[in-house]
Amino acid sequence: MRSIEPLSSREVILEARSLTRAFGGITVLDAFSFRLHRGESLGLLGANGAGKTTAMNCLLGLTTPSSGDVLAFGLPLGSHRIGILRRTNFSSTYTALPGNLLVEQNLRVFAGLYGVPDPARRITGLLDLLEISHLRRRVTGELSAGESTRVSLAKALLNDPELLMLDEPTASLDPDIADKVRRVIRTVQRERQVAILYTSHNMRDIEEVCDRVIFLHRGRAVCEGAPADIVARSSRRSLEEVFISIARDGNVIDASPEVPAS
Amino acid sequence: MTLSVVGALVRRQLYLYQRTPMRLVELMFWPLVDLIIWGNVTVFIQRNSSADFGAYVLFLIGAMILWDVLFRAQQGVSISFLEDVWTRNLLNIFVAPVRTIEYLAATYAIGGLRIIATFLVMSVVSRIGYGFNVLALDWWLVPFFLNLMLFGWALGMVSTALFLRWGQAVESLAWAVPFFIQPFAAVFYRVEDMPSWMQPLAWCIPATPVFEGMRQVLQTGQASASLLALAFALNALYLLMAGLLFARVLHVVRTRGLLTKFATQ
Ligand SMILES: Nc1ncnc2c1ncn2[C@@H]1O[C@H](COP(=O)(O)OP(=O)(O)OP(=O)(O)O)[C@@H](O)[C@H]1O
Ligand SMILES: [Mg+2]
Repeated sequence: MRSIEPLSSREVILEARSLTRAFGGITVLDAFSFRLHRGESLGLLGANGAGKTTAMNCLLGLTTPSSGDVLAFGLPLGSHRIGILRRTNFSSTYTALPGNLLVEQNLRVFAGLYGVPDPARRITGLLDLLEISHLRRRVTGELSAGESTRVSLAKALLNDPELLMLDEPTASLDPDIADKVRRVIRTVQRERQVAILYTSHNMRDIEEVCDRVIFLHRGRAVCEGAPADIVARSSRRSLEEVFISIARDGNVIDASPEVPAS
Repeated sequence: MTLSVVGALVRRQLYLYQRTPMRLVELMFWPLVDLIIWGNVTVFIQRNSSADFGAYVLFLIGAMILWDVLFRAQQGVSISFLEDVWTRNLLNIFVAPVRTIEYLAATYAIGGLRIIATFLVMSVVSRIGYGFNVLALDWWLVPFFLNLMLFGWALGMVSTALFLRWGQAVESLAWAVPFFIQPFAAVFYRVEDMPSWMQPLAWCIPATPVFEGMRQVLQTGQASASLLALAFALNALYLLMAGLLFARVLHVVRTRGLLTKFATQ
């Protein structure tokens, strides 16, 4: 039986402590802190350029933060990168698997990199789950955007990750496939108790997938809570309206919207 | 270092050759062109010089073959890395539990396989076409080959570091790295025939004692052990320096956020 303890009392899987990142004197991520718990899915929301991808890059060790710390599974990322990455995975619309290999070959290679036991079975299972078994022998570079997104997602699930970071995983999917993909993400989250960090510009996605969201505005966390709570707390009718007013004014709940520094 | 990780990275490259055998042509094309040109030059010199010198001048073909070992090793390392850049796969690799040393080991293995293929073809063609038997180098061939491969790897690491830091802006420069060194490496002439200012520089390059040794062997059947010792020692130093450079560049690239914005330079 699954316990009904609140998510926030569970083990912390990922923690950002005052992450700050500047590029050429411009701060694009400003003292960003949060905790992500086992089995929880957290959405990062914010306008284009708000700092979502930068935050993920810092959390994955692709970019070194200017200051602040990242801890995953209780361990500092800097000194335990490999151990952490073994239990983590990532998929983004903006990376691709090598287009010149077959789907199956790509998944085989990554199964090897992640040390997946019985890769053939694992790959078959994932292709089934994502309903892309028919793409198995196709050349990856010839797939449509939506098809390759799902192949990337299969790669992201290969190692049965405890922590999954997804940067706009539904960006190029048609509504039907997007719905299926959300369901898959929800299923693995529930069944495998995966902690998920998720970005999307589709509020439907966020409401369906995320237990909690954080709004970033110019690199700062300006609003946090369960999607329904945030809508209730604000005077807006939907998460989409909340998004728009944060993107334009930087705030939505407090009476006095803060003026961004500099 | 986890061997299965290295194996998976090597397998990725082998899939490429399996899917597109056309890639093999590139492995053979330039080496054969080089071989034919230098082979014909050798024939020309042989016909117009004393019999003694004519026998000796065969070293030009040997030099060409050994130079290709070095050049191919450098290229093999760089090309495996560029393959990940071209296919936008770099981020997937960097978020996978792959240590830098494992990644480098895989590129070395690919480099090694590529040279063996090229070397075999060149050896056979030079034997049939020009009567140069690479086996005349006897067992000396093994340490020569090994040292040139090690040096090629070190240069490959330098090229890769250049790509990593400056991206496409330095692509042609990075390919040319071995050719900056070629004039100093005593490939086709002896160190003592170089202008005096070049000679000390020549002895700082691990390939120099190999090519000097090759000429000794072709002439006398023996190379001095001190030449080989020098080559190994210099290679150890170069590999260490190249490794430090690579680690340093990786650090800079992470700090500047260049990994995720690769084509911006
Ligand atoms: N490597 C880099 N060098 C310079 N500037 C960068 C770099 N990476 C990100 N930035 C800048 O940081 C800011 C935040 O970018 P980021 O990609 O994190 O935004 P985002 O929230 O993911 O936006 P989107 O919704 O469009 O994906 C942008 O202004 C971007 O130009
Ligand atoms: Mg983004």
